Amino acid sequence: MLLVENIHTYYGLSHILFGVSLQVSKREIVCLLGRNGAGKSTTMKSVIGLTPPKNGEIKFKQTSIVGMKPYQIARMGIGFVPDDRRVFFDLTVDENLEISEMHTQRPNSWDRKRVYDFFKPLGHIRDRKAGLLSGGEQQMLTIGRALITNPELLLLDEPTEGLAPIIVGMLEEHILQLKKEGLTILLAEQNQKAALRLSDRGYILDNGVIKYSGTIDELRENEEVMRKYLLV
Amino acid sequence: MDWLSTLTAGGLVQQFIVGLSRSTILFIVSSGLSLVLGVLRIPNVAHGSLYMLGAFLCFSIASLFDNSSMGFWIGLALAPFCVAFVSLVAERTLFSRLYDREHLMLLLFTFALMLLCRDAVKIIWGSEYRSLAPPVALQGSFSVFGMLLPKYNLFLLGLGPFVAVGLWFLTQKTKIGKIARAAAVDRDMVGAVGINVSWVFAFVFVIGCFLAGLGGALVAPTQNINQGMDHTLIMEAFLIVIIGGLGNVWGALLGALIFGLTDSMGILVWPQFSIVFPYAVVVIVLIFRPTGLLKSTW
Repeated sequence: MLLVENIHTYYGLSHILFGVSLQVSKREIVCLLGRNGAGKSTTMKSVIGLTPPKNGEIKFKQTSIVGMKPYQIARMGIGFVPDDRRVFFDLTVDENLEISEMHTQRPNSWDRKRVYDFFKPLGHIRDRKAGLLSGGEQQMLTIGRALITNPELLLLDEPTEGLAPIIVGMLEEHILQLKKEGLTILLAEQNQKAALRLSDRGYILDNGVIKYSGTIDELRENEEVMRKYLLV
Repeated sequence: MDWLSTLTAGGLVQQFIVGLSRSTILFIVSSGLSLVLGVLRIPNVAHGSLYMLGAFLCFSIASLFDNSSMGFWIGLALAPFCVAFVSLVAERTLFSRLYDREHLMLLLFTFALMLLCRDAVKIIWGSEYRSLAPPVALQGSFSVFGMLLPKYNLFLLGLGPFVAVGLWFLTQKTKIGKIARAAAVDRDMVGAVGINVSWVFAFVFVIGCFLAGLGGALVAPTQNINQGMDHTLIMEAFLIVIIGGLGNVWGALLGALIFGLTDSMGILVWPQFSIVFPYAVVVIVLIFRPTGLLKSTW
């Protein structure tokens, strides 16, 4: 479904990604592990087009999306949940969802009602300004906002960052539920425990280079790799 | 304190009405400036030029109809749309390519545009002063308790709330207004949920410029229409937007009221010095609230 081939991405003059390649198949959860600053977020932003790669190729459903604008990429069916959440602070919960809603012909598509059914707590605070929400509520809103664009692939950048364990557990259940419903997910995580529980396969990113890739079971057993690239 | 002896309740109310109607014009123009500044992040120095263009267009359209009352109404109705059209062309061909540039660049660009507009106006309308009579129905004054209240000023006063409510509705209740508010804070993320921000920006820019044109058309019967009217206004409009809070439409309303009223009331207190009052108030506001009275979107 998603194929990233040898991309090089820069922020201004600084070179962040050095030939990152990865692949996500339909209905998979693939995690991208790595320390802070390894290039996980930049990989996500390269896919959605916010920091387009200078070289390399990104294909989504066999179509090249390099050079397309973020709104075009989003319309092709990629939903983006940024690590810093970036809810529209000035708008209410309901308005956040309203402006993001994208209608599709597919059955069982996401609308506001379904988002409120899925994330029950959001339904009770739909008229509250998004800037006033707690971290967990904002995280539910950013995921809801991505879902309501009816994506086929969801880019989830550190969804558990800075959240209380009980909320992390709740989010994990929701993410597994989404997978069960047929969504494909690329998940960036620093929290390896959560990532290993959720994912089918994983990549380890360090200093902008993919150092390891394999199934979750292989990863779990390979303690040396984990210690080398993930322990702080 | 000899100014106190000449002060009457009637004179006070009269100046108050004049000040409020001046505030209305200032509000209409600076809310447009604030909208463009808040959502597109463009400090549009050429906003005053569009205001001037609105006034000249209203004048020319009215003179096509022999300066009849009907001519004025048609001019008032059409001039803002003509200005909006000009701004749409400018946005699609020029501004839309510059959104990612730094502010200094945008400032220089719009400044250049202002100079070009002034020369274009000189070429089209010449450099002599023009004037336009208000429609017959709005000429003269009402006499209330011995006070003379100019009808045209009352008309302006009545129009202000409609513009304010219209803007409130547009920004708070329509989908495009909500998108614009989201884009004001985080335009990248608006793109990432599949919205083509470029057209939202075009829409907001055109609305902002429409307001400049409307302000110009409305002001046409109250003063000389000349080539200097762009820069006096743009100074005032920027100060209003700054004391109100950058990008905050209600801040523009508050700022316009403060500016218009201190201007008109100052004349009563110390006529020779009156031009200084609004600026003194701006200084005082900025000492205590450097980011403006209301929340800025920057």
